[in-house]
Amino acid sequence: MAKFKILPSPPAAVRPQPKRPDDPTVDDGFVDKAKDAGISAADWVDERTSLSGTVRWVMFRPIPKGTNWFYTLGTATMVAFINQVITGMVLAMYYEPSASRAYESMKYINNEVFLGEFVHGMHRWGSTVMVLLVFLHMARTFFFGAYKYPRELNWVIGVALLVLTLAMSVTGYLLPFDQRAYWASVVAMNIAGNAPFLGPFTPPAALGGPDVTAVTLSRFYIIHMMLIPGLIIGLISAHLYLVIKLGTTAPPWIRADKVSGDLKEHDA
Amino acid sequence: MNQREKEEYLREYAILKAQGKPFFPYIIVKDGVMMIVVIGTIMLMSLTLGGELTAKADATTTTYAPRPEWYYFWAFELLKVIKPPELVGLATVGIPTIAMILLFLLPFYDRNPERHPLRRPLATTAGIFVISAMALLSYLGAEAGAPSQVNIDPPASIAAASHEDQVRWEAGRRLTAQSGCGGCHKIGPNGNDGPGPPLTEIGDRLKEGAIRETMINPTLPMPSFRELGPEALDEMAFFLSTLKSSGAAEGGH
Repeated sequence: MAKFKILPSPPAAVRPQPKRPDDPTVDDGFVDKAKDAGISAADWVDERTSLSGTVRWVMFRPIPKGTNWFYTLGTATMVAFINQVITGMVLAMYYEPSASRAYESMKYINNEVFLGEFVHGMHRWGSTVMVLLVFLHMARTFFFGAYKYPRELNWVIGVALLVLTLAMSVTGYLLPFDQRAYWASVVAMNIAGNAPFLGPFTPPAALGGPDVTAVTLSRFYIIHMMLIPGLIIGLISAHLYLVIKLGTTAPPWIRADKVSGDLKEHDA
Repeated sequence: MNQREKEEYLREYAILKAQGKPFFPYIIVKDGVMMIVVIGTIMLMSLTLGGELTAKADATTTTYAPRPEWYYFWAFELLKVIKPPELVGLATVGIPTIAMILLFLLPFYDRNPERHPLRRPLATTAGIFVISAMALLSYLGAEAGAPSQVNIDPPASIAAASHEDQVRWEAGRRLTAQSGCGGCHKIGPNGNDGPGPPLTEIGDRLKEGAIRETMINPTLPMPSFRELGPEALDEMAFFLSTLKSSGAAEGGH
């Protein structure tokens, strides 16, 4: 007979302890009524979505023993990406993706917009931090052998995310449309043009012509703003789903203690 | 991994999980601390390094030597290490593409069931080798002087020469830097070593007139610098002809 998998329950320390009605300390004061209102609102949503099961599945899932600081690198990478999304949206409110206005709008952001240069700097250096964290997260996964059974697919998704992150940095580099942006893009395209087989077709397809022009700018803008972020968000969701479903690995030097009898999920 | 190894792993993992702790609130605390560290670092970098812009993009300048982001320095350096022109395509696109394919397929060709880094010496050694090679190439790429500069002190013969010659030498040095010679030639500590020959001791091999002639009628793929005008060509040829093995072609400027 198939066994039902029981959802993990909250640890004792954070488990709610409702008062019993016959408890003499119960008073129907304002705080209790507000609590009840909150609970019934959450119940209303849960009755229609069954979200509480998912929340329990995600939040109270057991993490293997020995989990250390190396395992925060994935979260760190995701936080860097969220930083890019938020600062990127703020920049997009002022940025104009046209060859004649792009540079001026960046100057406007730097010099006129409140905290403009700070947000621009956070986006610019956030990309560096994100690339670094992707590499560190990957190195951790590699040296811990965490890409092995049953997590092979998650490794493949991770490598795809690395490629997309690098594509983000290439397309984003052009957007300020200053000298560095322009010439770095020219060089990058010359390099891509050297490739065997696909080389000769790459620059015209990417640039919208033989040179870096206004067409290139709007192309890179939409790739940088919509196409790749959409793909990244989708793949991160799949990545996270698999992380939660399969569980994070324990460090490879950790061995399970000998246990006897039936194995139970944690229940402190 | 065969079926027995898979089941063994899953059994071991189930025990490890049972002996672990729930994500909330024990593990999420670490993640929360890391979040604050990451955002704090980014804010600090933004405050100290800023979001400065260079001059507006200008497709007509030819002297701007772009530098890639630091995490592409290794690829930049790889381009310089691999010299033969027929291999340039391999260096720039081939190696990164092969590396990416190898990364994608890693779980499919690494069939070793062991996970401990010390018990899979081949994988660990390969990983350390790749990371060290990338670090070394990145370091070399970061150390290389910008190809748009020529940081050479005047040799003794010029230091002792007339003021006029010193001015011409200085003008030639600046023109050589601005004309992007360093894009293909190594000049003292600056420039890329290839595809052109190094110019650090060009004065040993060519006389001033020959250098000037080469700049006007070069061997392909070097472009002609005829449009710079006779005066600029004179100054550059004069500067380059003083670069000799006996002279001080080292040192900063």
